[in-house]
Amino acid sequence: MQVPAPFEYQRVSSVGEAVGLLDSLGDTARLVAGGHSLIPMMKLRLANFEYLIDINELHGELGYVVTEPGRMRIGAMTRHRELLESAELAAAFPVFGDAESVIADPAVRNRGTLGGSLCQADPSEDLSAVCTTLDASCVIRGREGERVVSMEDFHRGPYETAVGDAEMLTEVRFPIRPNGSSAFEKVERRAGDWAVVSAGAAVWLDGDGAVADARVGLAAVGPNTAGIPGIGEELRGKAPTEELFARAGDLAAEACDPVTDRRGSAEYKRHLAKELTVRALRRSVARIGASGAGTPGAVQGTGGEGA
Amino acid sequence: MQVTMTVNGEEISREIEGRLLLVHFLRDHLALTGTHWGCDTSNCGTCVVQMDGEPVKSCTVLAAMAGGHDITTVEGLEQGGELDAVQRGFMECHGLQCGFCTPGMLMTSRALLDGNPAPSEPQIREALSGQICRCTGYATIVRSVQWAAAEESGSRTTASQGESAGAPEPPAPDAPASEPAAASAGGAS
Repeated sequence: MQVPAPFEYQRVSSVGEAVGLLDSLGDTARLVAGGHSLIPMMKLRLANFEYLIDINELHGELGYVVTEPGRMRIGAMTRHRELLESAELAAAFPVFGDAESVIADPAVRNRGTLGGSLCQADPSEDLSAVCTTLDASCVIRGREGERVVSMEDFHRGPYETAVGDAEMLTEVRFPIRPNGSSAFEKVERRAGDWAVVSAGAAVWLDGDGAVADARVGLAAVGPNTAGIPGIGEELRGKAPTEELFARAGDLAAEACDPVTDRRGSAEYKRHLAKELTVRALRRSVARIGASGAGTPGAVQGTGGEGA
Repeated sequence: MQVTMTVNGEEISREIEGRLLLVHFLRDHLALTGTHWGCDTSNCGTCVVQMDGEPVKSCTVLAAMAGGHDITTVEGLEQGGELDAVQRGFMECHGLQCGFCTPGMLMTSRALLDGNPAPSEPQIREALSGQICRCTGYATIVRSVQWAAAEESGSRTTASQGESAGAPEPPAPDAPASEPAAASAGGAS
């Protein structure tokens, strides 16, 4: 029987109360949201805390998807199910729906949250790859107020984030740029499992149908989900062709740093990083055409059907 | 610590340890052993109960976290001596063999039908995708849920099924719920 080590359970009903409690308890305390990553680790005694602070009552305060001019804001307590069901989110960033439909299962998605996923900082976590792909920034609140950090700065290594002992992640912000789309590809051993490798991609086209910008985020091939800036540099200004996607795939394979484990060999994961990058880019570009946002000519020569 | 929650319509208060998991609270403190304790890793789904009408895996929810919420277990399905339609469906369509996964299957199916009274087969399979039947009796389980849906669509007009307060009655707002998954699966072509 797996049972966590003893701890003191506390429940808070506002962000201010949570931060105040964290401030007084220091690193002996940990926030729990959905708990579907943290509680299993506590059951295995891989994570032990003197105090567990339950923030589920903050769902009213921090559970939202809000679209503003030029950006979307998502509250840290927004649950997987809500992310999957949000029509606003699906329209702006299809990569979210792709990823959410293959994260765990419906019962787990009823509990797990965006903020909890990012704060767990598991290198295989799909939403972290999504946020990296979309160039998200994280709003962190402490006693002194708020600060905003990029995804690159948010994750500091496996299970480590920029969130201090007396701080909490409250919101994730996503820039909305015109004429773009996104997609997510994942290979897992069985339905609902952690990724062997997963890849998110986002592409924006210019008026001539050339790539204005492109981003790729990979999970499970390094100490953190990895953005690969070289891909954007390689693709910008060029027509989105199969050859270009293949070059991006090569860059992804070169840039990633997978390890051999029971989910697969490093070589296999490198192969997946390449192939999933190609597929996610191809699907992103096809979606720009499908939505009517892009220049029709832009999707020609991208592999066409079944993308 | 003291925890108070509603279990199958009855308010219950107990002194517990903060680390107690909901599945053990139900089984060991309330003697509601209908909820099974399986993989202990939130994979198999036999421990699923409804929390405010939504299926959750009770091996990965602390009893303390359920405080103030409405919990429905498989024991709460039967109303006034009459089995719920999903229970009857599992009987009619041979939806169980060894029966170990059945409580989770029933609670998940009940929640599905509360939100979507006429689910398609893919929707049923998606809803049950977090449940493992090691007898591999999935075909008959899906058929059982379909039987319950058909049964309820015939008798639904009476609205006498006094479901516990948490479950929202009108299905209309939930209708788009399952759409994104379906749309993203097929929409990319």
